[in-house]
Amino acid sequence: MSIETTEPLSKQKKIREPFLSAKNRKLVKDPLNDNNPITVQVLGICSALAVTVKVKPSLVMALAVIVVCAFSNLVVSLIRNAIPSRIRIIVQLTIVATLVILVDQVLKAYVYDVSKQLSVFVGLIITNCIIMGRLEAFAMGNKPWPAFLDGVGNGLGYGVILILVSAVRELFGNGTLMGYQVVPDAMYKAGYFNNGLAILPPMALIVVGILIWIQRSRNRKLIESD
Amino acid sequence: MKPLRRFLDNIKPSFEKGGKLEKFYPAFNAIETFLYVPGDTTLPGSVHVRDAIDLKRTMILVLLAMMPCLFFGMWNAGYQHYLSIGVAGTTLFDNLLFGATKVVPIVIVSYVAGLSVEFLFAIIRKHQVNEGYLVTGSLIPLVMPVDVPLWMVAVATIFAVVIGKEVFGGTGMNILNPALTARAFLFFAYPTKMSGDEVWINTSLAKGQQLVDGFSGATPLGNAAAGFADKIPDFSDSFFGFIPGSIGETSTLACLIGAAILLYTGIGSWRIMLSVFIGGFLMALIFNLIGANTLMQIDPAHQLVLGGFAFGAVFMATDPVTAAQTNKGKFIYGFLIGLLAIMIRVFNPAYPEGMMMAILFMNVMAPLIDHYVIEANIKRRMKRKKISNE
Repeated sequence: MSIETTEPLSKQKKIREPFLSAKNRKLVKDPLNDNNPITVQVLGICSALAVTVKVKPSLVMALAVIVVCAFSNLVVSLIRNAIPSRIRIIVQLTIVATLVILVDQVLKAYVYDVSKQLSVFVGLIITNCIIMGRLEAFAMGNKPWPAFLDGVGNGLGYGVILILVSAVRELFGNGTLMGYQVVPDAMYKAGYFNNGLAILPPMALIVVGILIWIQRSRNRKLIESD
Repeated sequence: MKPLRRFLDNIKPSFEKGGKLEKFYPAFNAIETFLYVPGDTTLPGSVHVRDAIDLKRTMILVLLAMMPCLFFGMWNAGYQHYLSIGVAGTTLFDNLLFGATKVVPIVIVSYVAGLSVEFLFAIIRKHQVNEGYLVTGSLIPLVMPVDVPLWMVAVATIFAVVIGKEVFGGTGMNILNPALTARAFLFFAYPTKMSGDEVWINTSLAKGQQLVDGFSGATPLGNAAAGFADKIPDFSDSFFGFIPGSIGETSTLACLIGAAILLYTGIGSWRIMLSVFIGGFLMALIFNLIGANTLMQIDPAHQLVLGGFAFGAVFMATDPVTAAQTNKGKFIYGFLIGLLAIMIRVFNPAYPEGMMMAILFMNVMAPLIDHYVIEANIKRRMKRKKISNE
């Protein structure tokens, strides 16, 4: 049996795939739209609710997740044949945790205030369903380069939603974007108020819900038949 | 009425299939069926029993039941305003007129904003305009403070209709009461304009006027939550509604007139209304026996006539879509609303008005209650079957 499986693998190696072939590009593009981890798979919701009050922390959070997701996919894919199947979750967790600690230290060193705002949520990337899901579903069965791209793609898909949600919440909740005032003073004088609900966590759920709504009405394929 | 009918018949072809304005058929249909009972007959092969009263006629009756609250609310807005600036001896008409200038714009904004959204969805989704908004559009102004900015009413209305109703599929499919969704949205989004002591009474001053000494614009419940036992109005004032509060909620008497209309016509559920009051009374009684703070010390019967308790019980809790559907479920649903409303009032000084939260919470729980009522019924009957088999 082992001979049978190794043969096609050795044949595949002979065909050299271009670095950004159509298949590989699809790995990055898909999570941004039809297979988005948040709006389609509904994973990673917890941090999407918690860190999206303002754009800046969610931007940093998105970057952190992209880095962790891409490199953990890469590392796990590199050693995927050496990991005993029974303890694979522990091995994966160790790799993710190591990367998260690295990211956390970098954040503390260079963007201390944002790292303070994100508090436990950087540490909680370890338990982010998106990362564990990609490791199990993709990295364990694919070669390093596609796995890396898949990690980048899913991290980006997560990041895009995070930034969209946080932009809506910061704009309506604080009248600012990235900390700069967007809503003019004249509007406040005319009786405009910041929306306090936008700062509360339920608004993140509502905005994610609206995004899912928009995506599904644009792409009918995503609607389940009942 | 003849010319109106003729006019509708004249413009009808351009809205029908192949006409120039085919897209806007739902809008035309809504206006036509609102004005006239539709002439359609049941297709052969389907159900033949038809009630003379359809959804639009039902909604009109609910609107009628709300009129006492609306007019009292207008009068009270004027009364409270003149009271706050110390003008004595204003006539009924003065008060009503002043109130109308404040309340009518809110009603108009609520209807325009809500109906625009409804018509938009009807045209996009190609279905008829839902009748439900006729009632929601009047309920929203009644649960707003007099001084709420009009743009906030518009934003809240749009939010409530889209997020509270349309995402679930429109009238009859919503989980939360849309009018209370609008209020809850404003309550959390703009707390400075929805609570506190500045919004319940209009204190705009003309030249040479000033507020009376010792004026406080807080609602009785707000005062009680702050611990001012002496500022709680006596029972009859609270019952008739000469107190500050949201536009339609202050007068328990007006709510009871509405309740009578709803019960007589069979539209409102007496099970829900009764059990809300029983739940509220029992909870208030228990707290009264403990009596640890000002809110607890309020007489149980007095609790029921303060704030939006009566209004919520009559018009909000009985909403047939969001309430429990089974008869036993209705008792449980109502009882828990009353219980929770008083509990939230007493335990959470930040929300002295617990009725809104209690109803919204029980709206979410209503399907669960129904589920268990039905399950219990199935179990009971299965048991009976087993016994008779033996």
